[in-house]
Amino acid sequence: MDLFETALPALEQAFALILQPTQIMYLIAGVLLGLSVGVFPGLGGIAGLSLMLPFLYGMDPVSGLAMMVGLVAVIPTSDTFASVLMGIPGSSASQATVLDGFPMAKRGEAAKALAAAFVSSLFGGLFGAVVLTFFILIARPIVLAFGFPELLMVTILGLSMVGMLAGRIPLKGVAAAGLGLMVGAIGDAPALGSARLSFEDWSYLYDGLKLVIVGLGIFAVPEIISLLRQDRAIAKNASLGAGWMDGIRAWWKNIWLSIRCSGIGVIVGVIPGLGGSVVDWIAYGHAVQTTKDKSKFGQGEIRGVIGPESSNNAKEGGGLVPTLLFGIPGSGSMAVFIGGMILLGYEAGPQMIQNNLDITYTVVWSLALANVIGAGLCIALSGQIAKLTTIRFTLLAPFMFMLIAFAAFQSRQSLGDLVALFTIGVLGIFMRRFGWSRPAFLIGFVLSSQAESYTYQAFQSASIKLRTGGWGGMLEYIFSPIVIVILVITIASLWIAARQAKAILPPEEEGKPKGDKRGPVAFALFVAAFFLLAVVDAATISVFNDKIFPLVVSAVSLVAALGILWQMRRAPEGHALFEDGEVHGDDATAPKGLWTTLGWFAGLLVLASLVGFILALTIFFLLFLLVRAREGTRNMALLALPAVAVVVAFFWALRRDYLPGAWLTGIDLYFGLVLCIAVLGALLYGYFRLIGSSGKSPRIAVLTTCGIGAMLLMAHLLNRDFPPGLLQEFVKLPWPLGG
Amino acid sequence: MKTDLTRRVALGLAAGALALSATPASAQVSFEGETIEWIIPFSEGGGSDKWARFYAPLLSEALPGQPTVVVKNMPGAGSTKGANWFADNADPDGLMILGTSGSTQFPYLLNDPRVKFDYADWTVVLATATGGVAYMPPDLAAQFESDPQALFENTVFIYGSQGATRLDLVPLLAWELLGMQVEPIFGLKGRGDGRLMFERGEANIDYQTSSAYLSNVLPLVEQGQAVPVMAWGALDPDGNIVRDPSFPDIPTFKEVYTRIKGEEPSGPGWDAWKAFFVAGFPAQKMVFLPKETPQEIVDAYTAAFETIIARPDFKEVSLPHLGVYPQSTGAAAKVRMEQGTVVSEEAKDWVKNWLRERYGVELD
Repeated sequence: MDLFETALPALEQAFALILQPTQIMYLIAGVLLGLSVGVFPGLGGIAGLSLMLPFLYGMDPVSGLAMMVGLVAVIPTSDTFASVLMGIPGSSASQATVLDGFPMAKRGEAAKALAAAFVSSLFGGLFGAVVLTFFILIARPIVLAFGFPELLMVTILGLSMVGMLAGRIPLKGVAAAGLGLMVGAIGDAPALGSARLSFEDWSYLYDGLKLVIVGLGIFAVPEIISLLRQDRAIAKNASLGAGWMDGIRAWWKNIWLSIRCSGIGVIVGVIPGLGGSVVDWIAYGHAVQTTKDKSKFGQGEIRGVIGPESSNNAKEGGGLVPTLLFGIPGSGSMAVFIGGMILLGYEAGPQMIQNNLDITYTVVWSLALANVIGAGLCIALSGQIAKLTTIRFTLLAPFMFMLIAFAAFQSRQSLGDLVALFTIGVLGIFMRRFGWSRPAFLIGFVLSSQAESYTYQAFQSASIKLRTGGWGGMLEYIFSPIVIVILVITIASLWIAARQAKAILPPEEEGKPKGDKRGPVAFALFVAAFFLLAVVDAATISVFNDKIFPLVVSAVSLVAALGILWQMRRAPEGHALFEDGEVHGDDATAPKGLWTTLGWFAGLLVLASLVGFILALTIFFLLFLLVRAREGTRNMALLALPAVAVVVAFFWALRRDYLPGAWLTGIDLYFGLVLCIAVLGALLYGYFRLIGSSGKSPRIAVLTTCGIGAMLLMAHLLNRDFPPGLLQEFVKLPWPLGG
Repeated sequence: MKTDLTRRVALGLAAGALALSATPASAQVSFEGETIEWIIPFSEGGGSDKWARFYAPLLSEALPGQPTVVVKNMPGAGSTKGANWFADNADPDGLMILGTSGSTQFPYLLNDPRVKFDYADWTVVLATATGGVAYMPPDLAAQFESDPQALFENTVFIYGSQGATRLDLVPLLAWELLGMQVEPIFGLKGRGDGRLMFERGEANIDYQTSSAYLSNVLPLVEQGQAVPVMAWGALDPDGNIVRDPSFPDIPTFKEVYTRIKGEEPSGPGWDAWKAFFVAGFPAQKMVFLPKETPQEIVDAYTAAFETIIARPDFKEVSLPHLGVYPQSTGAAAKVRMEQGTVVSEEAKDWVKNWLRERYGVELD
């Protein structure tokens, strides 16, 4: 066959090119960097690749490509750590993993969940590489078949997953998705840039909220606060039940699900313009649909981990198709990837496939090898790292706050990021408490701008077709075969959702008293008021293109919210409508109050606005460990201060004289990486040693130093600043204190 | 990899120094051990980011004392955030520079309320030009050549656009002046998406900047799927529009207008187009220092960029990044900046009025 005749010799040449010690070294360097970047929530491929760009110039192309691909390929592997262990969506690719992965960790099955996730990632990644190999030669017409109506239809398919995840009351699911769509519509409109819900001069909102902040706020903050209030380890009883072999066995049992979800990942990845953020939701929805006993989803069902994790690595292989074939980046990290290729002397596009097929295929080989190395390392580590879930959570909490604050801060690098995180976090806490579907909210948010752009663009194109080609021309344009197929899938999935919605409810909770009406009604009123505000705001926009989408969505959502209020009026107390986690559920018996716990987080923000982020964080660490975690006396804790000072001085010195570029080129890349990992390792080692010891004051010192040190190392490597506060307005302080 | 680069740069420097016999003496200024932050008010991977990352290592080698040059991306608010930040935070010590693009110039020229900076507060040390080419499917292009009036009357052109106040203002206004019926479909994420729309057949007119045209549209032209119809052109030293040196065979918009309308373009619409064209293309990307920066430091930067441009291999290494356009420094860059950032009130008002009436965009 022609295809094989073209592909096989080039594949062989590529194999010879990549299997050199130097190239493999670079590949491994990329993989290690990718794994470390992926572990930090909110960083992802863009930050990692940008860090690499300075070294690419003048590098041997195969090594450079191997390093870049190595990095990109393993980010959806290692981001699973944060998703499963801490309930923090590590990157947009593993949001759905949180839904079942984190409950598994709470049950003490973290190692099992992690191992299943990594094997699925590995399989998905290899699947993606194989598909990329042959598909890239024939994909052109397929990619070009996806016009606006097709893209819109895929977006609608993604939105239809809300039906599967709506929760107990379907109307609340609709309103939650509407809320997500509206929060996603905040900022400048995609068409002509009118400001929406941005409240005049508040420029922060004008750029819209970033996924990092919304994902962290809606999932991570409520979980962290809840765990902190219960004052225990993540894993109940602080024990680890199932081990990593169980995870691999579970994956093998669900191999077909893994194959199907890998297929979904590749297909969605291939379509340019959809982006990776919807892949895992479609895969998750698919996993729910194809499971007989749906009652365990959301409570720690292993299929809910295998599905999304298979799809998100497969997506990277698929996503390289439009990137290499058309030179069109499917995502932000692919845009940087293309930039890196130019530095290596290759321009992504059709010529590259024709003239440099062997070089192109080194990308495929790198992808496959990176997945094997990355997943292998992660599986090997998963048993040890899963032990994190047995540590008393109050000791982990300051790290978690630091981590999510740092991650959120990557969004815009302003104090506004922290305020936004806190606000969305409070919203998430209440949605969790009153049983409003948070996945539905996130799906709405993620798809908001796509839904708007594609609706408008398909409508506009269709109306021009109507003018030039009559009704026939328009209908032919809108109802292409692809649209019809996806439409059928959408309807089928909605039908399944409607028919089986009841099966997803945990039956044992039916009929139990849900508490009084006040709280739930107040929150529903708040949601309705937000929609009303959104309707009014949309109505005042003068440009029709920018107005129609928010107006329609907010109006429909307002009707849904009013419908809920109407039902609430009629329903008796104790109805499922009035679900309230404070009255019934884990939080009801928590020893610590919600507001004091939230107060700690708010205190960090206020401090940061006064003295800048790094100083605030130091004070926060000390106070939190002293007061909340009751770790020893004040005098002893002061030992921590010199330690922090040393760390700061060290990094300040590095920053002044050896910035990332020169520092790493100077000592050379290997040394730089080894050094980073060694420092991190030493910090972690010290940390684990001291967790076990009984001496309390050195523990505070070490915890604080580790926390601040790791944060500074990361920020320094990525050349990031920290938000300055009032203090910095008056006193000019050096980095990192000055911001 | 690193030694290769250093050797190449060193050779280039040596050759350049020999060729020029001497670069301006700026021995007093030394950035040894310092770090220079290059603020790019756009996100990673965009055109301006690539441009800065191409120059950064070369600049690092060419500045006295070989400082580290770090590109710092600060996207947001249509690139006004990063520019505002630079205006507030840069000290006149040469340790922070700003790279702007046409997308920064346009909000400035259109009096966007988010703009808090003023180009007059800065000193330009480098200006990089680019160009743009519009293309159509072959059948329409043939008609465009033979009977443009009939084509304009009977055909609705569909164009994928990022927004009317962006660089797309230049093509949209050009086609409007010609009398074409162009329906823009707004909300695209980048010009690459516009090209994809054209390849899908959902758009039947498109334009790309020079480097994107060379790498991604030329193959379509060779396969007979696209035909270039006009280029925006380039500026000669006197400020006249001439043919684009990258595309000497493609007529400029001005020539096309003259052919179709039978007279040279004139009037407020043309003046406005020309002003925004210059801001968007011949003066597209510039590097700035704060105005208060001491002259020695400004001179050191000018000399550094001149050294880079004088490298014998500069043409070769820069071609994929910059095309064949002039990289202006010193007085020439100043002229470019004047042309690109000073626009008459009449032209501004005309464009604002046109944007309001044609697309309903209110700018104040």
